[in-house]
Amino acid sequence: MNILSLLTAVLHSAVVSATPILFAALGEIYAERSGVMNLGLEGLMLVGAATGFLVTYRTHDLVLGVLMAMAVAAFLGLVFSLIVITLKANQVVTGLVMTIFGTGLSSFIGRTVVAQSAPVVFNAIPIPFLVKIPLLGPILFNQDLLVYLLYVLVPVSWLIIYRTRIGLELRSVGENPAAADALGLNVFAFRYLSVCLGSALAGLAGAYLSLAYAPTWLENMTNGRGWIAIVLVIFATWNPLKAALGALLFGCFDVLGFRLQAMGLHISPYFLGMLPYLITIIVLVMISVTSLRAKNPMPKALTIPYDREER
Amino acid sequence: MVNVMRDSDKQGWRHFIRIEKRLDVPPVAYVLVLLLSLLLVILLCGLVLARMGYHPLEVYKTMLGGAVGTPYNFSETIAEAIPLILCSLGVSVAFRMGIWNIGAEGQFFFGAFTASLAALYLPSGLPRVVMLTVVIVAGFLGGALWGVLAGVLKTLANANEILTTLMLNYVAIGWVDYLVYGPWRDRAENMPYSRLFPSSAMLPVYPGTSIHAALLLGLLAAVVLWVVFKRTTWGYEIKLIGENPQVARTAGINIARNILLVMLVGGGLAGLAGMGEVAGIAGRLSPNISAGYGYTAIIIAWLGRLDPLAIVLVSIFFGGLNNGGYALQMVGLPSSIVTMLQGAILLFVLGGDTLMRYRIRFLGWRRDNR
Repeated sequence: MNILSLLTAVLHSAVVSATPILFAALGEIYAERSGVMNLGLEGLMLVGAATGFLVTYRTHDLVLGVLMAMAVAAFLGLVFSLIVITLKANQVVTGLVMTIFGTGLSSFIGRTVVAQSAPVVFNAIPIPFLVKIPLLGPILFNQDLLVYLLYVLVPVSWLIIYRTRIGLELRSVGENPAAADALGLNVFAFRYLSVCLGSALAGLAGAYLSLAYAPTWLENMTNGRGWIAIVLVIFATWNPLKAALGALLFGCFDVLGFRLQAMGLHISPYFLGMLPYLITIIVLVMISVTSLRAKNPMPKALTIPYDREER
Repeated sequence: MVNVMRDSDKQGWRHFIRIEKRLDVPPVAYVLVLLLSLLLVILLCGLVLARMGYHPLEVYKTMLGGAVGTPYNFSETIAEAIPLILCSLGVSVAFRMGIWNIGAEGQFFFGAFTASLAALYLPSGLPRVVMLTVVIVAGFLGGALWGVLAGVLKTLANANEILTTLMLNYVAIGWVDYLVYGPWRDRAENMPYSRLFPSSAMLPVYPGTSIHAALLLGLLAAVVLWVVFKRTTWGYEIKLIGENPQVARTAGINIARNILLVMLVGGGLAGLAGMGEVAGIAGRLSPNISAGYGYTAIIIAWLGRLDPLAIVLVSIFFGGLNNGGYALQMVGLPSSIVTMLQGAILLFVLGGDTLMRYRIRFLGWRRDNR
């Protein structure tokens, strides 16, 4: 029974830890499926975290905080889109600069509320009946609203991408924009919308960190989660369902180390802090080695700007 | 030549304005785009500051004063530029080849670690020349090791270097944290600092300033890289791989070997920057030796268009911006605007680059009767 309650506790925290990464990864899946790699994720998450926290701190309104976080991140996504889609600048450099810019912007936004505690937070709301399911109930159905939102968003994203006309069109824009254009699809509209949607989700991921996970605002509080989300997208072969699985796996590793320490295993917390990054590197190496042999599932036009003049 | 006239096409007006693609961009246009971007960013940021209730002119004046207000402040700007020069040169080597080395921050920290290892554990009675040589070489090798690690993962497993170098940044910083909070911690201090280095392990400093000898290493590296890029076969190979890896491979250039080499040199230079901060400024290892130099370096390298000499100039400018930021901090103004300014300048330049490739010609009104 003791083991069981420990397992429940670990998996419950793993879901919480997986949530921000999964939101960001879902957003990146949309952007990359349309052929745009958004390396600004880490910066967008930070801006979302600062904005969400500041708005909620001032208004005591969680929903408004989350919406503002998404709106500001989406606006930055629009700026990014303008530079890489319309002006066709290099996506890697522009994304990196967006991250650096976002880091600065987030500390500017959050400068008056550093290390304050949130007046209201996303608390766990047990879902009646479902929470009674043995084992799974307490793990999955005793979470906060944003986690439940994710339960809807993951399958819906999968359905959109693989089972709807618009998803097929999105994928064709990312695979072969010239052909998609010839079929009458608006490549630019698809890319703009996907990147902005993806950015909004990154903003939401940040708001989850500052309003549910932490819940406070600290500079650089994302700690590389945006980058881990980008690795997760590759790991998941651009598939939302696999991304959910990968995020959960990552969440388990994230939690496990600290649990082991609490059980009396003496590992320096600094080594435990390095663990997620080391695991991410190992996972990246493993998927890179296997994808050398198998068919590469990466969207063919990823990072290549579409230029109608060069069709 | 391309004729983009979508709206006016419909109305039957032609040849009013013609937008043509340029075949070559005059170098002066690059400078123009940079200056124009700078101006726009200053204006835009000023507007934002004004809306937030700050006085933009006061903010900019404080920054300018902090950067070049007094001869001492200017010397501090040069000192601040040292790690920027070394890190930016470091990342530019790989960028020239199309390898995205985002790991200067980690290479900086690992170089600082290996340099500290030498400074703290070599017998302090060693002659200064020997001691310093070992510390400098150790700094280079530490950074180089951290860079090559990502290079090996790239060449052996084809692991995306953007992501591995980034993850390695967090690992290197975590490692330094572990040391200074744990086994290396100086118990006499309340802060997470290592013991002080012996004086024989400290770089020579220009009297009365913080400018230390790593500046010479940075300038030397800039000149050497300039010669390498412009005058040697290796420089040509790097350029060729960067422009077209397929052609380079067909030409018999060993790409894997070159990836390892650029990561070694680039990492080593960032490692030297880390060495300079511990052995030239702090005199000990601590977690706050970097003001994000490794990340700022990416912006600088790109603004300098990967040209070593331009990178030195941009680094000094950015050193000034950083010091302007510290000056803002002193008087309670938001210093985070500096990071935003630095990022925004490059965002404008990146956008401007595309516009620069077009030329607008005014041909007068003419009704098209075709």
